[in-house]
Amino acid sequence: MRLALLSDIHGNREALTACLAHIARAPVDRIIFLGDIIGYGADPSFCLDTVSTLCTEGVAMAILGNHDEAVFKPNIDMNQTARTAIEWTRDQLSADQIAYLQSLPFSITEGEYLFVHSSAASPDQWPYITRDRDADICLRFTDKRVVICGHVHRPQYFHALDRKPLEAFVPPANVPVPLLKQRRWVAVMGSVGQPRDHNPAAAYAVLDTAQSRIVMHRVPYDIDSAARKIRAAGLPSGLADRLYMGA
Amino acid sequence: MTDKVLAQKDLRPGAVVDGFLLEEAIHRGGMAVIWLVTHPDISLPAVMKIPKIGEGDEASSIVGFEMEQMIMPALTGKHVPKVFGIGDITALPYIAMERIIGKTLQERAGTLPMEPAEAAVLCGKIATGLIDLHRQHVIHFDLKPANIMFRDAGGDAVFVDFGLSRHAKLPDLFSQEIRVPMGTAPYIAPEQVVRNRTDPRSDIFSLGAILYELVTGHQPYGEPDSTKGLMRRIWAEPVPPKVVNKAVPEWLQEIILRCLEPDPGRRYPSASQLAFDLTHPDRVPLTARAAKTTNAGWFKVWRRARFKGIPAALLKHAPPEGINSAPIVLAAVDLSPEHEGLADAVLDTVRRVLTTAPESRLACVNILKVSLMSVDESVDEEGRNLHLQRLAELKHWARPLKIEGERVTFHVLEGVDPANLLIGFAKDNHADHIVMGARGSSAKRRYLGSVSTQVVAEAPCTVTVVRLPQSEPDASVD
Repeated sequence: MRLALLSDIHGNREALTACLAHIARAPVDRIIFLGDIIGYGADPSFCLDTVSTLCTEGVAMAILGNHDEAVFKPNIDMNQTARTAIEWTRDQLSADQIAYLQSLPFSITEGEYLFVHSSAASPDQWPYITRDRDADICLRFTDKRVVICGHVHRPQYFHALDRKPLEAFVPPANVPVPLLKQRRWVAVMGSVGQPRDHNPAAAYAVLDTAQSRIVMHRVPYDIDSAARKIRAAGLPSGLADRLYMGA
Repeated sequence: MTDKVLAQKDLRPGAVVDGFLLEEAIHRGGMAVIWLVTHPDISLPAVMKIPKIGEGDEASSIVGFEMEQMIMPALTGKHVPKVFGIGDITALPYIAMERIIGKTLQERAGTLPMEPAEAAVLCGKIATGLIDLHRQHVIHFDLKPANIMFRDAGGDAVFVDFGLSRHAKLPDLFSQEIRVPMGTAPYIAPEQVVRNRTDPRSDIFSLGAILYELVTGHQPYGEPDSTKGLMRRIWAEPVPPKVVNKAVPEWLQEIILRCLEPDPGRRYPSASQLAFDLTHPDRVPLTARAAKTTNAGWFKVWRRARFKGIPAALLKHAPPEGINSAPIVLAAVDLSPEHEGLADAVLDTVRRVLTTAPESRLACVNILKVSLMSVDESVDEEGRNLHLQRLAELKHWARPLKIEGERVTFHVLEGVDPANLLIGFAKDNHADHIVMGARGSSAKRRYLGSVSTQVVAEAPCTVTVVRLPQSEPDASVD
């Protein structure tokens, strides 16, 4: 089965639309949205409706991210910019849309894969997986062979043979990486709507479960429009600037 | 684990694994068993490599097999065995692949030393295979006579055993694994000894060690069995091949010693540049290496080790684009008197191309057109003079580029069909980029086709056609 993996859309309509158009050129069996559909960007309502429609049609599944949760559950850990954006976002959403966010699960599983926004270790606490140690802890909390997550906005895969130390690998675009079967993997996805790996193009990946292979794609999109709308909405202008830098 | 060991014991002639019928075990090595297999859907002769992985095995043998399973299916072309199937390592691990009909270099070499010219031809074929491997982002890291085969049909070199290899765009499974240098003692490059697995020029070093062994009968640094012994090659120098075997010509010593430079930056920057020299003995730019008759004595080596330590060049990670950053640029120059302006314009373009790729190599080519009738006569005195005169003109043309000896060669090609001569030369020498001039546009050229048109259409690489800007004719004058 071919699964498209889209994480951290963050209300960026242009990036989401560009990725969905890219997927349409090489169709997949299902899309998995890995959380943080909203927050930061100027089109939360559009992004949320797009995701929920695809889920209702049965072609997609979605899980909860910390920004999605913050809409209905104030998060004291968030920085000022993120909190400002969330407060603005909350005002844009209808009661139905908020109820939809409340219905999202923390994680879903499919065969030997676990999909979660932050980590298999206490997903409701939203830890970040940036180092070997974080990935190691994550793997201790699940018996699934592969964990697929987002949250960090910088693509990076961790893998280990048996009880050996984990190794980190930054995947290049368009190269299928075999998730070798005797290893365990934590694959941290890049972000659709707010990349932070110094490449401003939207990131998403396609997982082939039968072949156990994952390939990341980078999709350029109309950053000008996304940034202009962020400024027009009165959101912190740094949120617009960082889209250009991809950082 | 126990299940796997049992499953491997059950393998016998007649057993069927994923549709592959096991016929006969043709090789039982320390790490793997090679079975001759057949498959109803596969017409090529096939083998199945089944690793011996059991309880208590070193993780590195498992990792080596994982590497092969990851890298081999990603490779294409005649210099690697075609892969037919991969066995899941959690069930029965295997790689089913094309059986190479041919001999290994080890079998082929026979009694050493080998005739230098023959060794150069064989290593030229290996270098040609390396070009293809490196272009596909793979560094072999374990080149040795037992891992290189030559096809009986066609004679192309084929690489086998990718257990220590690295794909620049896929995870390096050995980065955590290695605590000791990984490779084969006589052939391992100095940077591999200090555990730097990023540089394609490591394969160039290994090929140099192989070539040294072929023409002298000795390995340049022997076969040390300790890390300390392996490290000697960082500071020491091999006995010059000519000293061991007088039959080794200077051009070949130049090539061998350049491959064996401890600093990767002083070796050939690419396999294609090495292949180029191996196939053009008379064009090898000779340096002090060629005439060397002595190597550093023990005291000098000891002093280098003591005071210089491990050079930074060995620890530096090669840039990911490094594999393809040293192109061979072919400049085709028309030296006829009426086209001097065009020759200057070609020079300008070549200068720009070389500036963007400082590791590039330039081959300057001039076509000496001979008519069909006079081909035989061109060997006479007059023909030879003309050839030498053209070479001199070509060198004169390239002077303003101010590029040093190792980076440039000059070639006068004689024949009746300039386009085919250029295309053939580019193919044979794995050129990456041709720069040539177009002699304007006339009605005759449009109908009969120009040299540059044919080169653009048929050359195996990028072609830049340089045209002199032309003034618009005045329309009011008829």
